[in-house]
Formats: sequence, C-alpha cells, structure tokens
Amino acid sequence: MTATDLSKAPAANPLTPDREEARRLRAARIDRVAKWVLPALVFVIMIVGWDRLVVWNEIPHYILPSPGKVIETLVKDWAMLFDALLVTLQITLMALAVAVVGGVGLAVLFNQSRFAEMSFYPYAVILQVTPVVSIAPLIFIYVDNRMAGLLLSAWIVAFFPILANTTLGLNSTDHNLRDLFRIYGASRWQRLRYLQLPSALPYFLGGLRIAGGLSLIGAIVAEYVAGTGGIGSGLAFRILEASYRLNAPRMFAALLLIAVTGVVIFAGLSFLSYMLLRKWHESALKRET
Amino acid sequence: MGWAALPTLPMRMSDLIHRQILPLGHRPKLMQLQQVGKVFEGSVTALHDMSLAVHEGDFISLLGPSGCGKSTALRLVAGLSTPTAGRIQWEGGKGAGDLGVVFQEPTLMPWATVAENVFLPFRLRGKSLAAVKGEIDEALSLVGLSGFAGSYPRELSGGMKMRVSIARALVTNPRLILMDEPFAALDEITRHKLNTDLLALRERIGCTVIFVTHSVFESVFLSDRIIVMAARPGRVIEEVTVTAPYPRDEVFRTSPDYAAHCQVASLALRRAMGEAA
Ligand SMILES: Nc1ncnc2c1ncn2[C@@H]1O[C@H](COP(=O)(O)OP(=O)(O)O)[C@@H](O)[C@H]1O
Ligand SMILES: [Mg+2]
Repeated sequence: MTATDLSKAPAANPLTPDREEARRLRAARIDRVAKWVLPALVFVIMIVGWDRLVVWNEIPHYILPSPGKVIETLVKDWAMLFDALLVTLQITLMALAVAVVGGVGLAVLFNQSRFAEMSFYPYAVILQVTPVVSIAPLIFIYVDNRMAGLLLSAWIVAFFPILANTTLGLNSTDHNLRDLFRIYGASRWQRLRYLQLPSALPYFLGGLRIAGGLSLIGAIVAEYVAGTGGIGSGLAFRILEASYRLNAPRMFAALLLIAVTGVVIFAGLSFLSYMLLRKWHESALKRET
Repeated sequence: MGWAALPTLPMRMSDLIHRQILPLGHRPKLMQLQQVGKVFEGSVTALHDMSLAVHEGDFISLLGPSGCGKSTALRLVAGLSTPTAGRIQWEGGKGAGDLGVVFQEPTLMPWATVAENVFLPFRLRGKSLAAVKGEIDEALSLVGLSGFAGSYPRELSGGMKMRVSIARALVTNPRLILMDEPFAALDEITRHKLNTDLLALRERIGCTVIFVTHSVFESVFLSDRIIVMAARPGRVIEEVTVTAPYPRDEVFRTSPDYAAHCQVASLALRRAMGEAA
C-alpha cells in the first residue's frame, strides 16, 4: 500500500466514527438519567411495598405503621418533633465544631512536636476504639452539665477521623516543595501556614464528611444514655419516650427526621468540600469523558 | 509564546536586575566548591573531591550518567545537605534570595495561582504581594506567561508549568540559579523550545546557572562550561569549554560548530563512562 492509499483510507468510510460517537453519547445520556431514576424507582417500590404489606396483612399501627400514617404523625406532632430536631441539631453541630477545632488542633500539635505525638496519640486511638455507649454513662456521672456531657460524648466519636486525616495530610506535602521552602528560609510557622495546611485541606475535608455523620450518631447515642432532664429533649429522647408508649408512628417519624438530617449534613459538607477544592484538587475536577 | 520573540521591555523602570555577562576568563568569582565530598550513611560515596569555581555569568552544565552525584552536588550548593568533606564558599557570604532552584518536576503549589506561586519566595521573606507586583509581572512576561497570572497549575501544559517554575526561580534576582534536569520529562519539541527561550532569557537578565543534564546535546547547546562527571564514586572527570558565542538559536543547533562540540563532549563522557566501567 502506498502513502496516498493510507491517507485516503479513513475518508472512504466517514460514517463509522460518527456512529460510534452517537452510540457513546447515547450510553452517557442513559447513565446520567439512570443515576437519578433508578434510586427513585427503588424508593417508590419500597414505599408501595411497605404500604401494601401493612394493609394486606392488617398490621396494627403500633407494630408497623403505614408510610401514610408516619407522614400523618410527622405533621401532627411537628411542633414537638421540630423542637427535638433543633436540640439534636444543636448538639450535633456544636460537637462537629469542637471536633474540628480539637481534631485539627491535635493534628497540628502532633505534627509540630514528635514528643507530643508519642505521648498522646495512643490515647487518641484508645478513645476512638472504645464504644461511646460504654463511656457515656461514666461521663454523665462526672459531668454535671447535661449539655457539656452530650457534647463531650459526641466529640469523642467525631474528632478522630479529623485528627487522623489531617495528620496524614500534614505529612503528605510534596518533598520538592519542602526543599524549596527550606531554600527560601521559611520558618516553621510559614511552612505550616503556606505548605502543610493547604496540602492537608483535601484530607481534612474527607475527615470532616465522616465526622459530620459521626457527630449525629454521637449526639443520638449520648442522648439515649443521658435520658431526660436538664435542657430540652432531642430526637433520641422522643424515640425512647414514644417506644415506652408503643407509639410506633412517632418513632418512625423521628427516625425519618434523623435520617434526613444525616443526609443533609453529608450533602452540605460535600458541597463545602467541592467549593473549597473545585479550583485545584483532583477530587473536585470535572473530567471530560 | 516564545521569550525570544518578545518585544523589548516596555518603557518603564525594570524591576528585575539585568546584569552584564562578561567573556569567559573575565568574570568575577561568585562561589566555589573546594574538594567537596558527600558520603551517605557512612558507606555510599555520592560525591568525591569535587572542586569547582563558579563565576558571575557562567552557564555551567553538570553532565554525566545517572548516579554520578549531579543532584548531590546541586543539593550541596543549595544548602539542602551538608558536605562530609571540603567546603563551599560564597564570595561576600550567602544571603536569602541568592538562590533560585528549578527541579525536574515543576513543583508548583496546586492550590495557588501562577502569580501566587511566583510570589512564594517573596511571601516567605515577609513581603506583600502589592510591593513586588512589578517583579512578578516582569518574571512572568520574561517566561512568556503574562496572560496566565490568574491560572491554576492544572490548567497549564507541562512546558508552561516549567516556565512558571523558572519565573519563580528568577523573580528574586538570585545570584545563582540551580536547575536539576528541568526539561528531562518534557517532549523533545518542548525541550528545544525551552532551551532556546532559556538562553534568550539569560541574554536579557544575565543570570548565572548551574544546569544538571544527562544529555550531551542539551549541555552543548546551553552552556559555556560543561563539567563531565563519572559514577561510583561520583566525581568530576574533566571540563569542556564551549567557545561558540551567544546568542545561540536554532541555527546554532544545526551548525558544524555545534556538531563538533557535541563530539568533544561525547568523547569526554565516553571516557568518563569507560573509567567507571
Ligand atoms: N539520600 C541518599 N541516601 C543514600 N544514598 C544516596 C542519597 N542520595 C543519593 N544517593 C546515592 O548517591 C549517588 C549519587 O546520586 P545522585 O546525586 O542523585 O546522582 P545523579 O543525580 O547524578 O543521578 C547514587 O549512587 C545514589 O544512590
Ligand atoms: Mg539526579
């Protein structure tokens, strides 16, 4: 075959790449739609299935309420449940804030001082691996303020992923950049401020997303343990109370609020992460396919 | 976006110092290595008995096979490691901002814009961005990236990232710029372009460069002094002087003079490898 033949070969069959391209685009479009439609479909099937299960088997609502009954209760008890939600949310967000300060603070301390890390890191791990349900009762014996006790319990659950991830991030700086900072005579503080903290940001945000969910879990678990009294009652307390009264619809309604709260926290933190990283980090970059 | 093709500087006071390059043999001494050696962990002799005087305006290439101590020598000059033998002396002492460094990777901060990356050496000396805006703009224009001050590194090609790295190295008017195989990871076309542009840049600001490479062709094209090195232990074998005058461009790259110099350097390198074998 001569060179001329070769150059003409693709032109002889101009339609093939286009058809291929169209097929690829169609597949991408189907993917995009399916990502939303499939979970929605599963949701509808489950709700309808749940509803039919209750109706056909004539299950009493104090055993298993129908979805309609749950929504009805949510609306009826909204004032009480919404107050409870605010209490739980307050503890969750405060615990998360303290976890951020404590987790990042400890990570920086450990990073700056090897002796501090050697001394305290094992205890951070012990605190992390001990289930909070087993520590919380002790906390409420020694901490008088119920709010402080709840916060402390939630913090114990939430701070570790932030500590671990931020520590990893602070240690993951590019070696050449470290050398460059040395050549330019950067101080410890400058290296931390301009090199290590920005390098650690994506890691920190990954830890933050996990910690958001854990704060909620910590707040709920601590409230189960702490029981009633003191400040207003949160969602966990409302669930306990409803269970004593065999009020299953209210239990489900409160559970629904907790789940939605968890999803909203996760989505909010994911959005925050995206906004902070979208300009430069691989995880937030849109890639053309 | 070639630097060579740039118009002459606009009619304003230039913020970067533009030094005059004197002919070889007439240049004042800048710094020197005296019988410098480096032994790692008591056993690996990375560099043995290296002596080298660097003069203002020199374009020195360290040429040799991998493992011959080129990077080690550069790190010693940069003060990133300390010699285990001999000493390194700077004329008039060494101050902050005397050094600019370009590594094999562009080594940019991905979270910072091009301008912020070039600003780094000043930021670490406590200067404000407003105070050195002129220097940053001029450094970027020297490397042909005037329009990219606000871009992020990920938006740039490999060659453009390297240009940012070079702008950062020269923005403080350093007395010496160290470059460790800066173009080794780039494709040949980009490498040739950057070589030509680097020389045009040197012509304009008169910087002193120590350039590490394992390419004979690159070292001959760029430098007026080639230090040929050998491995195990890493050491200097001989020095080749490239007498061809600057400015050098694509015409020089295809000239018999260039070919002749390449042959001399190749033979020297072969002798260095032969000695090592
Ligand atoms: N940090 C180190 N620890 C131990 N050995 C090293 C270290 N850095 C370099 N070496 C050794 O020193 C020799 C020279 O290395 P290097 O200066 O990197 O060579 P080049 O840059 O010419 O390829 C090599 O044998 C290398 O293995
Ligand atoms: Mg090297």
